[in-house]
Amino acid sequence: MLDRILSHDRPRSRWLALALVVVLVALALAPFLFPGAKAMSVAAKMLVFILLVGSYDLLLGYTGIVSFAHTMFFGIGAYGVAIASTRLGEGWPAVALGVAVAIVLSVALSLVIGLFSLRVKAMFFAMITLAVASAFQTLASQLSTLTGGEDGLSFRNPLALSPAFEPFDSPLFGVMLDGRMMTYWLLFGVVLVLFLLLLRIVNSPFGRVLQAIRENDFRAEAIGYRTVVYRTLSNVIAALFATIAGALLALWLRYVGPDISLSFEIMLDILLIVVIGGMGTIYGAVVGSALFMLAQSYLQDLMKLGAGVFDGVPLLGALVSPDRWLLWLGILFVLSVYHFPAGVVGRLRAAGLAGKAGPK
Amino acid sequence: MTTTSVATPEAAAADIPKAGFDWRPIALLLALALLALPALGSASTWVTLTVAGLAMGLIIFVIASGLTLVFGLMDVLNFGHGVFIALGAFVATSVMGWSTGLGWSGLPSVFAAMLVAMAVAGAVGWAFERVIVRPVYGLHLKQILITMGGMIVGEEIIKVIWGPLQIALPLPDELRGAWLLGDAAIEKYRVLAAALGLVVFAALAFTLERTKIGLLIRAGVQDRSMVEALGYRIRRLFVGVFVAGSALAGLGGVLWGLYQQSVTPQIGAQVNVLIFIVIIIGGLGSTLGCFVGALAVGLMANYTGFLVPKVALFSNIALMVAILLWRPQGLYPLGNR
Amino acid sequence: MSAVLSLAGVHTHIGAYHILHGVDLEVPEGEVTMLLGRNGAGKTTTLRTIMGLWAASRGEIHFRGQAIHGRETPDIAQQGIAYVPESMGIFTDLTVQENMVLAARAARHAGELDAPRLEWIFGLFPALKKFWLYPAGKLSGGQKQMLAVARAICEPRALILIDEPSKGLAPAIVRNLIAALRELKAQRTTILLVEQNFAMARALGDTVAVMDDGRVVHRGAMRELAEDESLQQRLLGLSLGAHA
Repeated sequence: MLDRILSHDRPRSRWLALALVVVLVALALAPFLFPGAKAMSVAAKMLVFILLVGSYDLLLGYTGIVSFAHTMFFGIGAYGVAIASTRLGEGWPAVALGVAVAIVLSVALSLVIGLFSLRVKAMFFAMITLAVASAFQTLASQLSTLTGGEDGLSFRNPLALSPAFEPFDSPLFGVMLDGRMMTYWLLFGVVLVLFLLLLRIVNSPFGRVLQAIRENDFRAEAIGYRTVVYRTLSNVIAALFATIAGALLALWLRYVGPDISLSFEIMLDILLIVVIGGMGTIYGAVVGSALFMLAQSYLQDLMKLGAGVFDGVPLLGALVSPDRWLLWLGILFVLSVYHFPAGVVGRLRAAGLAGKAGPK
Repeated sequence: MTTTSVATPEAAAADIPKAGFDWRPIALLLALALLALPALGSASTWVTLTVAGLAMGLIIFVIASGLTLVFGLMDVLNFGHGVFIALGAFVATSVMGWSTGLGWSGLPSVFAAMLVAMAVAGAVGWAFERVIVRPVYGLHLKQILITMGGMIVGEEIIKVIWGPLQIALPLPDELRGAWLLGDAAIEKYRVLAAALGLVVFAALAFTLERTKIGLLIRAGVQDRSMVEALGYRIRRLFVGVFVAGSALAGLGGVLWGLYQQSVTPQIGAQVNVLIFIVIIIGGLGSTLGCFVGALAVGLMANYTGFLVPKVALFSNIALMVAILLWRPQGLYPLGNR
Repeated sequence: MSAVLSLAGVHTHIGAYHILHGVDLEVPEGEVTMLLGRNGAGKTTTLRTIMGLWAASRGEIHFRGQAIHGRETPDIAQQGIAYVPESMGIFTDLTVQENMVLAARAARHAGELDAPRLEWIFGLFPALKKFWLYPAGKLSGGQKQMLAVARAICEPRALILIDEPSKGLAPAIVRNLIAALRELKAQRTTILLVEQNFAMARALGDTVAVMDDGRVVHRGAMRELAEDESLQQRLLGLSLGAHA
């Protein structure tokens, strides 16, 4: 039964399975276990990134395509909800319309990008997506009447998702349920379902063809698979999931701006997570996102302590400063690409296999 | 860059056509410039913007030339090329700061800054090639990821050394202001930048066309293993080209910083996009294509920046798409690839 | 007759494919050794392995007494081996002149090319003089082949490896090529020549080695093989007397 839900793609490592269960339970019960505002925000970001990075893993890990346009689709989803809620007034119809329009736009764009560029070499494609994503980001800040420009858009959620909504008069398990938590569980539900769907996709015949294309596209073409079609489809699916992730982020934050949805920093975060978590595993997105969000929020506090110790020492102080945490992450990233291309998940699985081998 | 016109040993044969130089992309460039004139309406504005566009284009060429040559020669695309731009720009701020402190300013301090920036960028480029690029020759996916990672680390280290904020890079007094040509204002600095860019282009062209090393590079760009089979250790040459490319990017960073009169750590990532557009337009690996592409992008950015500022970056992408529809491999694609 | 080049038990893998299964070969000095065999027998792979373009996974290769297996291609070339690949390896964007300057390691520019030697090459291949300043990509197939051979001989080399020079060329050009290679032979240049054209092989070869399935299955004097039709039939799959 569990096997079928996971599409026969088991964790294959005791530690990994444990980690996944911990993350699942922690995220499911977050409003009860970690009710503070910061903790909830970390949990929500984890959920959004699990979906965002998981869909990117489909593209990078399974199909072998490097695209820098993933944040563009993320932004389209976020802005879709924001613009609709701002222009049409908050409520479910606005959200539905916003998401629908965003999805149509993303699918169309990803189709065009895919068909135009996937006929060319990987380098070309990567550069073109970089250029297109940059242009889109600039466009978003410049069409300020529509998008709110640099300041972004603030809006209200449908009633059931807004903080004022309190369905019960008395607290449940010590916590007052409100629209915020409903939003959280909406995120959780959607991400869980889509995650399982991703597992289903990569373990299907379609997914296997993608992997064949990743390994050797000449041979795949020779066998008879039209690689352009498969790559484009992979691109479209990834874009679709990213768009939904964006919509979810918008619902959680009730604010959208170019810096939190379209910026290059987010693209870097995605790359870091997918590589460190483990490319081509989908589970890597879960482990990676969890580690990353925890590090981003709490490690920086640790570094602040460290910086305090080195206060006054010129270079060392700056190196350990919490603002420079990206430096250490970057170093970790480079090391991962060389030495641990299979990431944390790969390591755990390898250790699991070694354990199972037993005495020889 | 195909034929030479040195004295022929005898009259050229009639049965095969001598390779004509492909003028069409250059014609396109001229057309672009000329079309802008009616669009802008005023000749003096046109002159100012064209000079600005050429200057910007030449700066971009200086930065991008190394990148495209490295790609053509060794099939390595350095997504972290932007880090050398930023490094050059920041080193310049320090050098110019020191020299002002020492009392000499003006043109000498600018040139000193350029030389030091090139040296530092070249040295870091050497380290970058050894540590980051060399282990991933031939592995395109890893190259993209790792060079990007290198850029992240580089940018952060720049922030460690110089701080994360914008730093001013003021022009010395001799370079401020503009000359007047009738009604048109031609900024002095832009002329200097354009002149330097042309010097770089001339030096590159000379090296590529008239020296044996240039011959090796041009041949290596076409068929690396054959050059090795002829007995040349082309990998060593590659390191040299990579270092030169990084040094040029550093110089470009200084020029760019002075153009904007300020420097931020994000300068690398921002210019990265532009140079990718340029080398795609020009044809990956082609120096002449890079030159024409850079000028086209520079002109386009300035014309649209004046006419329709909101779509400036978009206009360059539109230009790229238009050119790719005409020539899918870029303006001057390489022969055997 | 001493062997200038010797291969002993050479295996080559390309990815997962095991192409050479223990090649033993000796190339005597001053002679033309023909390397014959069906398509896919491993002849091109053998040449590329000698040049270090593909690494031998097992076995040894010695050139003039020095071990060259495992060394880098530029090193091997600098020992004095010239290579004319099947694809000719012409730099199409460079002029004929530039191709030759590149091939002449001692020359820094065209002025430093060995003039008498160049004249000799022009005598063998007049088309190269005619199209000296043209981009090599504009030459016809036969002319490109001549350029490829000319590059290999623009400086004296101890050994020349040539891979199927007559492929796709008109008979008149092939005759031209044979004449040129005959002149080289007269100068006691050592040549290892891979050829499918048996007439060319017979005209030029002193020694012959036949390959099949990644191994050398026959070695001997060219004359023997040329006279023995049943042997030809057995080794090469067809009676080549008809291909005069």
